[in-house]
Amino acid sequence: MSRILGVLGLLTVLYAALILSNPSAGRLDNLMDVANIQGRYGLITIGAALVIIVGGIDLSIGSVCGCAAVLFGVLMERGVPPAAAVALTLAFGLTVGLINGLLITQLRLQSFLVTLCGMFIYRGVARLLAGTVSRTRAVEQHPEFVESLQQLRYLLIGKDATGELLFPAQFFLLLVTAVLVGFVLHRTAYGRYWYAIGYNDQAARYAGVAVERHRVIVYVLCSLLAAAAGVLLLLDMPSVQSDSGGLGLELYAILGAVLGGCSLRGGEGTAPGMVLGAMVLPVLENLVSFRGLKSDVIPAVIGLTLLVGTMLDEWIRRRTHPRG
Amino acid sequence: MSGVPRLEVIGIRKQFPGVLALDGVSLRVAPGEVLAVVGENGAGKSTLMKIIAGLYQPDAGEIRLDGRSVRLPTPAAAMAAGISLIHQELNLAENLSVRDNVFLGREMTRGGWLRWLDGAAMRRQAALLLQQVGLTPDRLFWRVEHLSPGEKQLVEIARALSLQVRVLIMDEPTSSLSHKETERLYEVIAAVRRAGVSVLYISHRLAEVQRCADRVVVLRDGRLAGELCGTQITHDNMVRLMVGRDLKQYYPRQHRSGRGGPVVLRLEQFRYQGGPDQPASLEVRAGEVLGMAGLVGAGRTELAEAVFGVRPWRDGQVWLDHRPLRIRHPRQAIAAGMVLVPEDRRRHGLVLDASVGFNLSLPNLRLLSRWYGISRRQERRWQQHWIERLRIRTPSPEQLVALLSGGNQQKVVYGKWLAGRPRVLILDEPTRGVDVGAKAEIYALIDELAGQGAAIWMITSDMEELLGMADRVVVMHEGRIVGELDREHLSEEAVMHLATGGRTPPAGDRHPATLPRWRPDGQADAAG
Repeated sequence: MSRILGVLGLLTVLYAALILSNPSAGRLDNLMDVANIQGRYGLITIGAALVIIVGGIDLSIGSVCGCAAVLFGVLMERGVPPAAAVALTLAFGLTVGLINGLLITQLRLQSFLVTLCGMFIYRGVARLLAGTVSRTRAVEQHPEFVESLQQLRYLLIGKDATGELLFPAQFFLLLVTAVLVGFVLHRTAYGRYWYAIGYNDQAARYAGVAVERHRVIVYVLCSLLAAAAGVLLLLDMPSVQSDSGGLGLELYAILGAVLGGCSLRGGEGTAPGMVLGAMVLPVLENLVSFRGLKSDVIPAVIGLTLLVGTMLDEWIRRRTHPRG
Repeated sequence: MSGVPRLEVIGIRKQFPGVLALDGVSLRVAPGEVLAVVGENGAGKSTLMKIIAGLYQPDAGEIRLDGRSVRLPTPAAAMAAGISLIHQELNLAENLSVRDNVFLGREMTRGGWLRWLDGAAMRRQAALLLQQVGLTPDRLFWRVEHLSPGEKQLVEIARALSLQVRVLIMDEPTSSLSHKETERLYEVIAAVRRAGVSVLYISHRLAEVQRCADRVVVLRDGRLAGELCGTQITHDNMVRLMVGRDLKQYYPRQHRSGRGGPVVLRLEQFRYQGGPDQPASLEVRAGEVLGMAGLVGAGRTELAEAVFGVRPWRDGQVWLDHRPLRIRHPRQAIAAGMVLVPEDRRRHGLVLDASVGFNLSLPNLRLLSRWYGISRRQERRWQQHWIERLRIRTPSPEQLVALLSGGNQQKVVYGKWLAGRPRVLILDEPTRGVDVGAKAEIYALIDELAGQGAAIWMITSDMEELLGMADRVVVMHEGRIVGELDREHLSEEAVMHLATGGRTPPAGDRHPATLPRWRPDGQADAAG
């Protein structure tokens, strides 16, 4: 509970600063824009957080997201209908997760190394698939997709044909996912097992938990969410470049998870915390741009704020758990 | 006691959130004296030692060293004053050499601020210290990780000696030592006390205390419960002071030797990967407590883990209630009704960073799940039931299990298994690190479970426990089951004889070759 309070406080401060920084920053359309980005970040944050809860790490999230976006585009350019392309892209994510999970559990490789390799591999695969993918090009080549693609865009992003954001669909998507994940995490045996694995996988094994199987499930969920974020990326943006799409997202996701109360030692984290943790970064970016700062300062500001956030979080943690 | 005591502790009080750990404890140790401090877990021994070693600060009270009042705000201050604590979990840098460990943090250097390590000087002095503690000089440059637990302990003592130690505190020093290493430790203790060092010796093993202590103080619930010297130091006296009552029914077991119900668990020529080539055969009957004795390293834990599915199966057969089982994972063992209370509670038995309730629920979540998930309220009520049933002393199910005493932690391990009504309980050191009071409760529980028809396979290194609880004993030596003793032939000597590899068992023992033959109807034939 106290861990959520920390990130809640940080968010409140950031939103207050954002609204006070510029009259137009507090307007609904801007807040919706921010929420939309928060939704996409949130999905990968949840994935990263689940992996962190079972005591692992996934560094391939950003590359998987980028690769999925490119794959989605390439499939449509080759004439695969949008809905089927979404399904195939998600299947790609599932496969990646399965490979990660099996390498980590069966060959007992370290998750850091396996997913670090994945980070390079899937970035490379994306660049082999295409340099740039864009929705306009897909539609030019296959005009029959116009309608279904627009429906998909309206449903998942909340943007109409003119590109105006009507409602923050990605944020709603995040909330739905968070509720589902929260249910699994906090109300089912699966969630308990994941926490137990993160705290002490040996004890979990001795208690009869199928540790390996559950680890694989979690890596699959993580990569699946990363691929879903890739689909959303291409639906939201006019185009995605294979060498920069989703670049660095894994670190944003991990930071969001940690801000939201996950401990890198494993075994800790809550679904509401993940959502709140993921909301920080987009507000911060928006704030920086409204302050009229050069975009060059964004990384430094993000790093500093997150450092302050983690310090605050650690301070709260020590006060509530003197022995921890 | 005449003269100024080496160490005197007066009216120490220490309050932790929720518990008064020490309530006005005083004690004194003379130079060259060995004072044993005993008490149940949670009695305050470790807290007191940590205060003397400067790890904790007392809320009230005074510490005097050679008559002068001292303040020990940090472990470094205590060390500078000549107080060294040798902790149960050793504090050595495993990746450094013995020499480097002895001088860690106080390296001898040359060249002023350049701090060049003076290897030769350190080697000379370390060799001297090793000699004092009975370690051969060839160990000097070994990495500590390659030493045996006993040798590591001796390195710690050498390190303490290098600090001009005046008070040596040893917290459960023999818990991971072999018999031989323990003997060596006694010799070293005798040597250091001759040099005038006072020793504070904390142990659960009362036989050891009896052997090496000049005087014993007993702590109970943070207070001094009594003091014993010389011939008063007997097992019974110590236990009486520790629990504050006589332990008439310490071992409640009504032995049913040679009887018991049908065979529940049976191993037939069982082997596991990484295990000995010699297969193991074994049977445990309903209502029976089968004791398994053997020296540390005899392969008892490994065999139990293999049967439970932690170690991979190689060949042979496991039968449970006449059904053949192929267990590849503990999950399958548990589903078949076989559970394991592991030897290493902190690593395998419990999720230490989680709550009591979390641990109780963990293997029983299927039972607690409904279509709408796990109902917190229902789960909490269920947890509360088991906490009461096992008399686990915890303020609530939400308490972190790491904060409980060893005895209560162990009860949580039992609690998590009992809800599944297991047919077979494999208990590996069922009361290790458990205080006397909780031990009696656990023994009563084991007896009750056996009475309800469970088959109990109890691995223990505690001879009293073995003699007090087992209906029948098998002994392992170097990975093999070397003999079996029934109630009539069960004695400490007979067990040790077999456990140490005695070739010809004393008369009346049965060898595996003459074990009762098993028939498919589960009844042993006439030979049994």
